[in-house]
Amino acid sequence: MSLIHRSSSLLKPLAAGPASLLRRSFSSVTDDDATKITVETSVPFTGHRIDPPPRTIDTTPKELMTFFVDMARMRRMEIAADSLYKSKLIRGFCHLYDGQEAVAVGMEAAITRKDCIITAYRDHCIFLGRGGTLLEAFAELMGRKAGCSKGKGGSMHFYKKDGGFYGGHGIVGAQVPLGCGLAFAQKYSKEDHVTFTLYGDGAANQGQLFEALNMAALWDLPAILVCENNHYGMGTAEWRAAKSPAYYKRGDYVPGLKVDGMDVFAVKQACKFAKEHVLKNGPIILEMDTYRYHGHSMSDPGSTYRTRDEISGVRQERDPIERIRKLILSHDIASEKELKDIEKEARKEVDEAIAQAKESPMPEPSELFTNVYVKDHGVEVFGVDRKEVRTVLA
Amino acid sequence: MANCLRRFGRLGLISKAKNGKRELYSTTSVSPASGDNTSSTKSINLFTAVNQALHIALDSDPRSYVFGEDVGFGGVFRCTTGLADRFGKQRVFNTPLCEQGIVGFAIGLAAMDNRAIAEIQFVDYIYPAFDQAGDIPIVNEAAKFRYRSGNQFNCGGLTIRAPYGAVGHGGHYHSQSPEAFFCHVPGIKVVIPRSPRQAKGLLLSCIRDPNPVVFFEPKWLYRLAVEEVPENDYMLPLSEAEVIREGSDITLVGWGAQLSIMAEACVEAEKDGISCELIDLRTLLPWDKETVEASVKKTGRLLISHEAPVTGGFGAEISASIVERCFLRLEAPVARVCGLDTPFPLVFEPFYMPTKNKILDAIKATVSY
Repeated sequence: MSLIHRSSSLLKPLAAGPASLLRRSFSSVTDDDATKITVETSVPFTGHRIDPPPRTIDTTPKELMTFFVDMARMRRMEIAADSLYKSKLIRGFCHLYDGQEAVAVGMEAAITRKDCIITAYRDHCIFLGRGGTLLEAFAELMGRKAGCSKGKGGSMHFYKKDGGFYGGHGIVGAQVPLGCGLAFAQKYSKEDHVTFTLYGDGAANQGQLFEALNMAALWDLPAILVCENNHYGMGTAEWRAAKSPAYYKRGDYVPGLKVDGMDVFAVKQACKFAKEHVLKNGPIILEMDTYRYHGHSMSDPGSTYRTRDEISGVRQERDPIERIRKLILSHDIASEKELKDIEKEARKEVDEAIAQAKESPMPEPSELFTNVYVKDHGVEVFGVDRKEVRTVLA
Repeated sequence: MANCLRRFGRLGLISKAKNGKRELYSTTSVSPASGDNTSSTKSINLFTAVNQALHIALDSDPRSYVFGEDVGFGGVFRCTTGLADRFGKQRVFNTPLCEQGIVGFAIGLAAMDNRAIAEIQFVDYIYPAFDQAGDIPIVNEAAKFRYRSGNQFNCGGLTIRAPYGAVGHGGHYHSQSPEAFFCHVPGIKVVIPRSPRQAKGLLLSCIRDPNPVVFFEPKWLYRLAVEEVPENDYMLPLSEAEVIREGSDITLVGWGAQLSIMAEACVEAEKDGISCELIDLRTLLPWDKETVEASVKKTGRLLISHEAPVTGGFGAEISASIVERCFLRLEAPVARVCGLDTPFPLVFEPFYMPTKNKILDAIKATVSY
């Protein structure tokens, strides 16, 4: 199966705004929302038991620039996390998202913070997308007080309640039934909000996914199951692990849509479509065809089960950031130098966040015993000698 | 012909079990290849010892299989390196990422008189398979298959391997020690080795034992522990604890990676004139009460140490049993130096862990009670 199947012709704009507006400075872009640009998704959507949405989507110069900035920041964050891990400032397990940024950014662009997202352990960029800060992310990675989970979760356990981000879960597939519970609560309280529950192609073979799917369909829950198919469950290629790697069809009675997860516009279009669909009709599966440049985790070099050519081919042909860069340049929205400056700015932001995170202290030792039970409802626990060391779990 | 040999191999094992005094010990006393103690040894680490055991298991029984997530490539800890190349993808293969499926499948395979050696990548991922191990996967399927079928069926050829325990920075889901859950399930055996030599001999015994076994490998020691290990095929007895250090003042009982910490504490205690006896339980279910009892009757004191949280840990079971048997001989309350009753932490792992100094404190407190 070829992962590199996009032609570069697709970057041609379908329609552009008035000619007079074509060349503008970046700064003027930000307050000019009116200019409409129509783009076409890289490839058509493929539907299962559903008519797919159109390939064309309207955007604005501002949105294009936002996508670029957001993805560049995410990319930089993950590269920095890589080196922090290697210098042992990040402990525990660490799974990087670089390559998959378009999913986080496109999904966010289609929904509101009242909609919920729940994902597995590759969660850094989803957290940023939900409004988390770089400081909170790096502090959490390094187990510091200023982290989004007070330094108690680490890489795999980012959460942001006010952003509707239900986290960061460690056991493969376990978050999918949880997502259905969130969706039920939304439906019950008659909110017009939905839950995006993300899992990988590896998790797609877990039994609990099908249990969750059945419940979601039975009760018409506003749950969108997003399969981020990066084609490798750890070191196992999808076709080695799945009889049918067409994950968007795996729901059988549940409709599905296959989406180019490397194209932020395709992701946005699909998520918008899915949100409308599930509010009326119950669950849908979105299969995001995406790719991770890093290995599964930091202990996986990522090059033993796939060729370097495959990775560099995807980088050249399908990279989500490069796609947006080309669109921006072809529409003359910003110059190459301006984009480079944005990337430099992202690097600076990341470096500053890391410096600040390093300043943040470790959690208090007493934090080891807190948040085990509700405060004041805890039970007394004992240390090793059952006498001297005792505390109430709070 | 091949089929004949296979049957013979299997029957040989069963007859041994019947002739043995107790089924517990049925497969443990004999090493099938040779009882040759002069065989050469090599200095290897724990994952290599496991790897050797798996090679021998596959080589000596054509009806044995190794499978799990990524094992075809050698597994995340390199325990299955080279197996697929040597024995082929029909017998050594990757499974999808579905723990309940892996164990349930293994039970079915074992029920057809095969040796199913399943790997769960981290013991922290074993919970989806928890049900299967009993007889439904682990707890309901595997453990109760023989009982509920009136001995018509069993999955005795099943061995589930999984790395367990702290590794210094594993965080919540790569550090747990869930042995106590499995020790609550009659019908399975639970075995944990402390070193490369033990790992190889015990794993071969587990694979050849006519009961389903869960075998937890201390992942901290995979590379760290290096020992002279015989290169031949040998087995170490299950349900037989080993006194690895003799002493007269206090008995220390542990298993797996924790023993090396306890051994350090014993050395420290000796400087203060306290003589510690250290016992490796090796098999937690069914465990060797006699050895522990004899030791406690001698020393009059008992300390148990494990990484899992203290409340409901297997140390509680040992403590209760020994108090029943040695009540009048005990000179101090039984001490438990274990993990704290919190989730396994990402930060403050050293606080959580039953460290050498905590053990040393408890030794002193118990001896001077």
